[in-house]
Amino acid sequence: MTLALEARGLTKEFKGFVAVNNVDLQVERGSIHALIGPNGAGKTTCFNLLTKFLQPTRGTITYEGRDITRMAPAEIARLGMVRSFQISAVFPHLSVLQNVRVALQRRRGESYDFWRSERNLSRFDAEALGFIEEVGLAEFAHHEATELSYGRKRALEIAATLALEPQMLLLDEPMAGMAQEDVERISALIRRVAKNRTVLMVEHNLSVVADLSDRITVLARGEILAEGDYDTVSKAPEVIDAYIGAGHE
Amino acid sequence: MAMNDAGAAGPKTADDAPARPAGMPMLHKAIFGILLIFLLALPFLVYPIFAMKVMCFALFAAAFNLLLGFGGLLSFGHAAYFGGASYVAAHAAKVWGLTPELSVLAGTAAAAFLGLIIGALSIRRQGIYFAMVTLAFAQMVYFLSLQLPFTGGEDGIQSVPRGDLFGLIPLQDNISLYFFVLAVTFGGILFLYRIVHSPFGQVLKAIRENEPRAVSLGYNVNRYKLLVFVLSATFAGLAGATKSQVFQLASLTDVHWSMSGEVVLMTLLGGMGTIFGPLVGAAAIVTMQNYLATLGAWVTIIQGVIFVIGVLLFREGIVGVISRWLKRPL
Repeated sequence: MTLALEARGLTKEFKGFVAVNNVDLQVERGSIHALIGPNGAGKTTCFNLLTKFLQPTRGTITYEGRDITRMAPAEIARLGMVRSFQISAVFPHLSVLQNVRVALQRRRGESYDFWRSERNLSRFDAEALGFIEEVGLAEFAHHEATELSYGRKRALEIAATLALEPQMLLLDEPMAGMAQEDVERISALIRRVAKNRTVLMVEHNLSVVADLSDRITVLARGEILAEGDYDTVSKAPEVIDAYIGAGHE
Repeated sequence: MAMNDAGAAGPKTADDAPARPAGMPMLHKAIFGILLIFLLALPFLVYPIFAMKVMCFALFAAAFNLLLGFGGLLSFGHAAYFGGASYVAAHAAKVWGLTPELSVLAGTAAAAFLGLIIGALSIRRQGIYFAMVTLAFAQMVYFLSLQLPFTGGEDGIQSVPRGDLFGLIPLQDNISLYFFVLAVTFGGILFLYRIVHSPFGQVLKAIRENEPRAVSLGYNVNRYKLLVFVLSATFAGLAGATKSQVFQLASLTDVHWSMSGEVVLMTLLGGMGTIFGPLVGAAAIVTMQNYLATLGAWVTIIQGVIFVIGVLLFREGIVGVISRWLKRPL
């Protein structure tokens, strides 16, 4: 199998507290990989380490065969590995169209032009609208992002992320705090955009990722508890013990 | 739409949301037009030197507002670029004998260079630390202005000659100088407007709205912050250099930390993050200093009281409040 992302011996210590301990993670190219675990399991820390928003205490991270352990977060994004955030990450007082255009602008190198009129940006409109349509927000293109519902903000975030044409998407709890209907919609969207990309998503809830992910890694207390497809991990006794059991009693 | 909260909770204007036309809105065009007509008539109504002082400070405040209001960075050392440029421009005109436009250009270039050095060193700090680092550097510039051989120490550089524009048009007369200053400051303010409404300005807005997200989109935010810092310093320098030609003087007042405070005051009073706020704030403060000058030290106290009232009653500043009433950005 070809690996898109690999972590070896990933460890993060915060002043005497080990949040992530010696985690080995392998994400296969073209797969949807879920990282799940109960509260405080170190999912988000792990996620921030992989996206370089945190520096690991020990361990190495390789993306597409390249060592990215010491890179800056913006650099990683330019390599084609783009992350989302737990709280929906949009630019609230920019329109939906502008939100996506800002992403396109970076790729096209039109972001330092301070002497030009912003009219120049309308050249990106057609392409941006394409991404907006893809996530079903076409009719909101000219609304400020802050006016959108929670589920739609998430969709907008995905549209902006897609505009970067990433090879790999890292989604931090994409379904957190969503109504059931939105969950299904975003699941469908993730499945669609994952067709020719690699997706690593962090989730709190095992059932949400059940039929979405090819492979699931369960974290607890900063360590890997189990790994495999849904059937394997959901039947593993230690997982039921530490996670599903606790949640269902 | 599949999403459950489409109906009532959705935006009211869902169907007829207008595609906002790019470019300067009519309202802003009208305001700039009226302002220009007013400024063309102004030197015949008031003392031209006073009018030129207001315009220089309006440009200074607008440049500062680019950094604070649109870049989200509070510098407490903008006197360094304003005053620093005035020293260089005064020296260029007096000792090197350069024409006014070249002197102003020299001062502006010096401010840009200073902004690049200080910006590169302070941009990595945030919030109060950033403000303190910029203040520390500005104090160094003050010290240099006092000690360097060409600055004239406590006296500053005095009786700077008013040359001929492009070596052709004499500016000794207040009215002709006024139109030179009008062209420089009005042009500067329009250019600042363009920066805010440029592709770069759009990225700046995105960074201000959600910095982590901008990083995750691959933006190296420190570079954008540095660029806006340098641009702000450059236009602050343009204002200072122009002022030195008007008063034929470069003095320690313009590099003093209280000048850095004054520009903060002008910007906040007028409305930070608005286009016209800094102009209104600068006009209000300079007018007050001018007409209340007979009260001596009381001017500072009155300014302080006005500032406190402003912060307590209308935090968005004068233009900010008007903009909220009109529900339009100004």
